Amino acid sequence: MNAFDELMNEARQQQTDPPARGFRLDRREFLKTLGGGLLVCLGPVGEFAQESGRRWQEHELPTELSAWIHIGADGQVKVFTGKVEVGQNIRTSLAQLVAEELRTPFDSIAMVMGDTDLTPWDMGTFGSRTTPTMGPQLRNMASAARDVLVKTAAARWNAEASTLTAADGKVTNPHTRESLTYGELTRGEELVENVPNDPPLTPAADWKIAGTPMRKVNGRDFVTGKHRYPSDIVRPEMLFGKVLRPQGFHASLTSVDTAEAEKVPTAKIVRDGDFIGVVADDLHSAEQALAAIHANWTVPPQSSNAELFATLKKGSTSEESRPEFASGSVPQAYAASDVKLDQHYTVQYIAHTPLEPRAAVAEWSGDKLTVWTGTQRPFAVRDELCEAFHLPAKQVRVIQPDMGSGYGGKHTGEAAVEAARLAKAAGKPVKVIWTREEEFTWAYFRPAAYIEVRSGTRRDGTMASWEFHNYNSGSAAIQTLYNVPNQLIQFHSSDSPLRQGSYRSLAAAANHFAREVHMSEIAFALGLDSLQFRLKNLTDPRLRAVFEAAADKFRWGRSRPEEEHGFGVAGGFDKGDYVAACVEVEVTPEKKIKLVRVVEAWECGAIVNPDGLRNQVMGACVQAIGGAMFEAIQFKDGRILNPHLAEYRVPRFSDIPEIEVVLIDRKDLPSSGAGETGLVALAPAISNAVFSATGVRLRSMPMAPPRAIPGDEPPRFQS
Amino acid sequence: MADFLLHVNGREFHVRGFADESLLFALRNRLNLTGTKYGCGEGQCGACTVLLNGKATHSCLTSLSSAVGAQITTIEGLERHEVLTPVQEAFLEEGAYQCGYCTPGMILSATALLRELPHPTDEQIVEHMNGNVCRCGTYPRIIAAIHRAAAAAGKGASL
Ligand code: FES
Ligand code: FES
Repeated sequence: MNAFDELMNEARQQQTDPPARGFRLDRREFLKTLGGGLLVCLGPVGEFAQESGRRWQEHELPTELSAWIHIGADGQVKVFTGKVEVGQNIRTSLAQLVAEELRTPFDSIAMVMGDTDLTPWDMGTFGSRTTPTMGPQLRNMASAARDVLVKTAAARWNAEASTLTAADGKVTNPHTRESLTYGELTRGEELVENVPNDPPLTPAADWKIAGTPMRKVNGRDFVTGKHRYPSDIVRPEMLFGKVLRPQGFHASLTSVDTAEAEKVPTAKIVRDGDFIGVVADDLHSAEQALAAIHANWTVPPQSSNAELFATLKKGSTSEESRPEFASGSVPQAYAASDVKLDQHYTVQYIAHTPLEPRAAVAEWSGDKLTVWTGTQRPFAVRDELCEAFHLPAKQVRVIQPDMGSGYGGKHTGEAAVEAARLAKAAGKPVKVIWTREEEFTWAYFRPAAYIEVRSGTRRDGTMASWEFHNYNSGSAAIQTLYNVPNQLIQFHSSDSPLRQGSYRSLAAAANHFAREVHMSEIAFALGLDSLQFRLKNLTDPRLRAVFEAAADKFRWGRSRPEEEHGFGVAGGFDKGDYVAACVEVEVTPEKKIKLVRVVEAWECGAIVNPDGLRNQVMGACVQAIGGAMFEAIQFKDGRILNPHLAEYRVPRFSDIPEIEVVLIDRKDLPSSGAGETGLVALAPAISNAVFSATGVRLRSMPMAPPRAIPGDEPPRFQS
Repeated sequence: MADFLLHVNGREFHVRGFADESLLFALRNRLNLTGTKYGCGEGQCGACTVLLNGKATHSCLTSLSSAVGAQITTIEGLERHEVLTPVQEAFLEEGAYQCGYCTPGMILSATALLRELPHPTDEQIVEHMNGNVCRCGTYPRIIAAIHRAAAAAGKGASL
């Protein structure tokens, strides 16, 4: 797949709306506002030339991609990118890459991110794409900028550019010992440089700033409470807004009485069709007015968890599916196999539950709209606003302050549109922050999954056939890296009863759960060690390497589980990342599953920031525990039945085992993004460990929910 | 609406508000102290933790009127003359956050813990901190940061 197709494929899986035509700033104008200096822009480069100018659906992608670098007279470097910081620490790691190529101190770099007026168009921050795509683009530009600076110095000194060196924010002539800082070199100039082709990049083996552990750039602002998240933005004369929510999904309003609400001092009711909102001088009054609205809704009958998997299995009534991958002849190979297994696996809907719920502050000045909001896709939110208010792109600015995380759950602009609508009616800036209950109900969920796997294996442990059907959750990491000559792998879309969308690692978590539990089932049926069985059918050297590294650290095969304990292993590949986990569990006589120990080995090419990477992989393991063990959205008749943290359990301190992360640094390989795939190996490894401890095979996520989920078997374990 | 006298971070504030509004919203929206975060409004996540007379308290479940007379410390009140407390310093050094949204609540809960138990065990940390959610999953680093802060406070740094 080329880069363009990959991006589009990713976008499709993320269920995002198509991007609108990119709005382009006039760069000369832009430079004026920055006060001179050197501005480096990236023209279509290398493989990305294929992306630009091509059409996707009815939209044309911008011809200029993604980022600019500006070096001011003071030597300060500003890097402009439409990517956003949501806790994955790309503000830090991208700055490391720029500092490295530009040969300038790390702290001279400031990243300007996710502001639709200041940064070039970007589709969004998702799919672990920042490191593999934005990383190289910024390195290209930084390298080109360095080249311009060296040439500028050469011209000033009448020297040969190739004899000069650039380091530490300065160009030096080693013969004359003269040196000029980058600021001195750019002073007074208005240089705009287009980067035409792939300049030489510093190999990862020679990195000095990139490749080293670096703490979060603006960490101090986070430990002092100074950092302003989207929900912390304050504007002069700002009001607080609330929106009346229907009593269920797909409800229609039958009657409404706002008389009592209007009596709440300072409150104003805003009505626009079925949209009813409130603004007031303070949040308390807005909440009171909202509570005083009497509305009746008709909610159509809707399905519940009890019918979920039957519904998904029916497949979509509107979309056709075709195999993602097919080879050989599955029916014949299956029939001829010694060990035949036919199983299914299920995954419930889960909620992202970012600790900061959706939030937005909207301000109109004349017909220009500015919205501060938490989103992974500021440009897509701008498009939503343009559409909602019939505005051209240049009249809408979306600013994304580094937010309280997203995990794939903030691709959309609900709060932004609501705040803008209320602000327009009120004639003053309005802040809307969703409550936890709203976030649990009106955001979107990780898709539920029904997955069928049929496998045929020969007695000697060689896999012969593999059939895999994912209903509803998606095709991410649906293919197997194990060597199987006969395969049929298919994703079937379904009519999801709930609103669903992107979630950290997409369907890779569900597909790995089914595949890697099934692999251990085959190994057990054959009487083979589950790691040995995997390695016997695996040649991919990178996946083998993480399995071996995890096993080695865990002492797999060299130690045996104690009484009531069990070991499990699982691994896989997605988005350029290779991961394997070994897990030890204890299952008490009261049938409580306790996670004792996790070793997760990880490889994603050349490591840009080992500290940030370790943090991401560890965090992914922790988040994975929730979906594996207890997270599940319960729903019925258009309502969410557990929209509170008291009923929807998320991982806490007491759920966390000892976690060791083993990083393999492949300086010879390009860096890939690491925000997601760390999530995929844990759930199957836990299931396999519970089987090793108890002989009970768990094929449904969550594996030990706090209460029974209709349609799932009653829980056999607690957690 | 009425006037309430609050003692926040060593200063007095006359706050105009409603007796039954939450301290969380009064701090955030009336005093512009936005370091204290909303995460659930139900006492389930700890993002809104402040110190009330030194005790870690959910400001989302504390009414404005009931906070009158108490010494309230928010995340903004820990730093003195640009010097961070050992807990803040330890969170920085351990990199004990990702998005950082849970961090103010974590730091205040940890501060209350260390004032009570200067050298907590892992079990004591888990027990005391279990009401604080970090959705990014940085718990192991937070535990490491609390041990680090305990060591620094043991050498005389004031919490
Ligand atoms: S906001 Fe107070 S505990 Fe969650
Ligand atoms: S760092 Fe994001 S919630 Fe803790």
